Amino acid sequence: MTQFIALFQAAIVFGTVILYGALGEILTEKSGNLNLGVPGIMYLGGIAGLAGAFFYELSTPNPVPALCLIISFVCAFAAAAAGGLIYSFLTITLRANQNVTGLTLTIFGGGVANFFGGALNTMAGGVGQISVAATSAVYRVSIPGLSGIPVAGPLVFSYGFMVYLAIAVAVVMLMFLGRTRVGLNLRAVGENPATADAAGIPVTRYKYLATCVGAGISGLGGLYYTMDYVKGTWASEGTIEALGWLAVALVIFAVWKSVHAIWGAYLFGFLTWLYFYIPGLSRSSQELFKVIPYVVTIVVLVVMSTRKKRENQPPAHLGLPYFREER
Amino acid sequence: MRGITKTFGPIVANHKVDLEIRRGEILSLLGENGSGKTTLMNMLSGIYFPDEGEILVGGQSVAIRSPKDAFDLKIGMIHQHFKLVDVLTAAENIVLGLREPGGLNLKAAAARIREICGRYGFQVDPEQKVYDMSVSQKQTVEIVKVLYRGADILILDEPTAVLTPQETEKLFDVLRNMKADGKAVVIITHKLHEVMEISDRVAVLRKGEYIGDVATSETSPQALTDMMVGRAVSLNIERPLVETRNLRLEVKDLSVRTAEGVLALDNVTFQAYGGEILGVAGISGSGQKELLEAIAGLQSALPGAHIIYHPPAPDEPVAGRHVPVDRAGEELVGKDPLQIRRIGVSMAFVPEDRLGMGLVGSMGMPDNMMLKSYRAGHGPLADRRPSRALAQKVKEELEVVTPSLSTPVRRLSGGNVQKVLVGRELASSPTLLMTAYAVRGLDINTSYTIYRLLNEQKKQGAAVIFVGEDLDVLLELCDRILVLCAGHVNGVVDARTATKEEVGLLMTRLKKEGEQA
Repeated sequence: MTQFIALFQAAIVFGTVILYGALGEILTEKSGNLNLGVPGIMYLGGIAGLAGAFFYELSTPNPVPALCLIISFVCAFAAAAAGGLIYSFLTITLRANQNVTGLTLTIFGGGVANFFGGALNTMAGGVGQISVAATSAVYRVSIPGLSGIPVAGPLVFSYGFMVYLAIAVAVVMLMFLGRTRVGLNLRAVGENPATADAAGIPVTRYKYLATCVGAGISGLGGLYYTMDYVKGTWASEGTIEALGWLAVALVIFAVWKSVHAIWGAYLFGFLTWLYFYIPGLSRSSQELFKVIPYVVTIVVLVVMSTRKKRENQPPAHLGLPYFREER
Repeated sequence: MRGITKTFGPIVANHKVDLEIRRGEILSLLGENGSGKTTLMNMLSGIYFPDEGEILVGGQSVAIRSPKDAFDLKIGMIHQHFKLVDVLTAAENIVLGLREPGGLNLKAAAARIREICGRYGFQVDPEQKVYDMSVSQKQTVEIVKVLYRGADILILDEPTAVLTPQETEKLFDVLRNMKADGKAVVIITHKLHEVMEISDRVAVLRKGEYIGDVATSETSPQALTDMMVGRAVSLNIERPLVETRNLRLEVKDLSVRTAEGVLALDNVTFQAYGGEILGVAGISGSGQKELLEAIAGLQSALPGAHIIYHPPAPDEPVAGRHVPVDRAGEELVGKDPLQIRRIGVSMAFVPEDRLGMGLVGSMGMPDNMMLKSYRAGHGPLADRRPSRALAQKVKEELEVVTPSLSTPVRRLSGGNVQKVLVGRELASSPTLLMTAYAVRGLDINTSYTIYRLLNEQKKQGAAVIFVGEDLDVLLELCDRILVLCAGHVNGVVDARTATKEEVGLLMTRLKKEGEQA
């Protein structure tokens, strides 16, 4: 039982990182922009949140928890959105190739983050390892009282607030895309920008906004990773990048529906950590187990493309530039 | 519109055009391909912005910088290529982009849509997804969309190109209702008999310049054609009779299932003869595309089908140029296009989707010509000279309007793209020529050029399969007409004696068990 609870918790925490990445990417892709820069954007969010918290904690002997939270949160969101802005400018205004731009952004984000991560580690001195304990603690506060309930407590109520925030974002996004005028317009932009344009929807503005806000949400995945997953430290071994690609895979797995991404993310987390809780696995079979999330994504892709249900297809204009006077 | 000029790079699409649109009137805008009709109307609907000139609405000078500005001025355009989002419902498409007060209320929108439909006589199901709709239903949604926005000036770009005669009649009734309602209607079309039937006034453009306007009641198709082309053109389609007709293609029990699992062709059996133009009529999506693709080796047929190709006899004019094949006939089922060509079948195919299947949009004319001949010659290097010469020849013979041979073909207007494609296919001197909507979107002058070319092929002994949509043309050009309805052959009629009503009925009526077609 303890084993199961531990696996469940690991799955939720892991899932939340990629859930943010995937939710942001769903919003971005709904506007027709295929941003493969998700790993880079998560890097940017992670390092900016960490740096913000670090300098705040450095400047005051007694950090205020609320300020810790706000500063790191805003820094992460803004830095990631700035990454989205770079992508938007290149692909929407300059009409650069989306795949190339996205991949470049991934490399750029990783480089920037690891450069400043190293710098922060040096500045932190001591053991050469940065730690923002106060801020990290805020992110890891669990719901008092409820988390004490046996079984249900550790399973459902033992997490930091960002786990619940991710679920809320997914639900809000579902309502936004399905029930609001702006959401309908956004879907039209991703499906058929010429039609949206002819209907008087400002296509460029929608694409910019969706991409930047989407990148900001993706960046929160990086923030959650640094603050909760690795408990307020910086590690430059490339985990964020791997998680970022999983987030991209999760978008496909969830067939561009934000609520499907919730359970998909937890399933990915479960499959990723499964090997750790199966006794007696050799090193090589552990690696095989880690492949499972990707295999599941491929299976989902195969199933979706054979079923050919129109609602489950990616936005029709995904990855293509739009230029009004192009014929 | 006064003194409107618009250029795209070196191409002048409109030069100092003046045009007047009046309320309670249906205006036809007439002109050849590339004469700038659509461009001119796009400037009214906010897709393009004029380089020079001014637009006045109700006496006020206005700047239409975006489609939204056009809506605000109550101008609505129904584009030739529908601007609808496939995965959304009719109602969602109709309210798209609107800034009404309050949240998104699809129920209220559906009620208003039904009200508009009732007023003008449309049929629209607000809950239906666009990808489930027929072409004519999509067009109806487009019109309702424009009316929902309260448009007073409606512009329709070639609305009848994809409709059956019956659907066209319905559309015209709707347009007349709108006219009676005091709305201004502009209709862009190539079909002169429709111009004569529906419009009150005709404005003519030629090569981007405004030629003039006349009241429909004071003009004739011949006079309009002369205005459009700038010289007298004969309006009769030739139909030479070729004496010797040899069986060229036998199709037996051909059934095709599409990738979506729909039975597109159901036990189709017919013969095509050399020296004959076989017309194929039918509502769009009745299996025409699948039929041609199955013959061309692009669609796999269900078991039991036979497509037998009979090569021309050695003494026929078309025979000499081709590798002899099995005299008893070659089975084409199960072969891909390359294999079909290898066994010596010279087939030319002008597909419906010109830029998708026929040509490569980003390449120039010579490279597109080469697509059919790059296997010729020896050595690894392609010889570009013949294709360049052929491109030049096609350009001159078919009067392709292009800034230069190397201009990517997707930048040419629809009619010119078609000319390039038809020119290339005919250059291979085929024994079997298949065309799908060869004149769709083409102006009269070009259409007649195409008809002339098809007749030449026929006289040389080629079997021509002509999938068409304009029944008048089918009846005048073809020798026999095969009528498809939902994948069934509903009958093969003699085009010399059949009437338009007869064919129209065959197109829409499903053959009952045991009934004679």
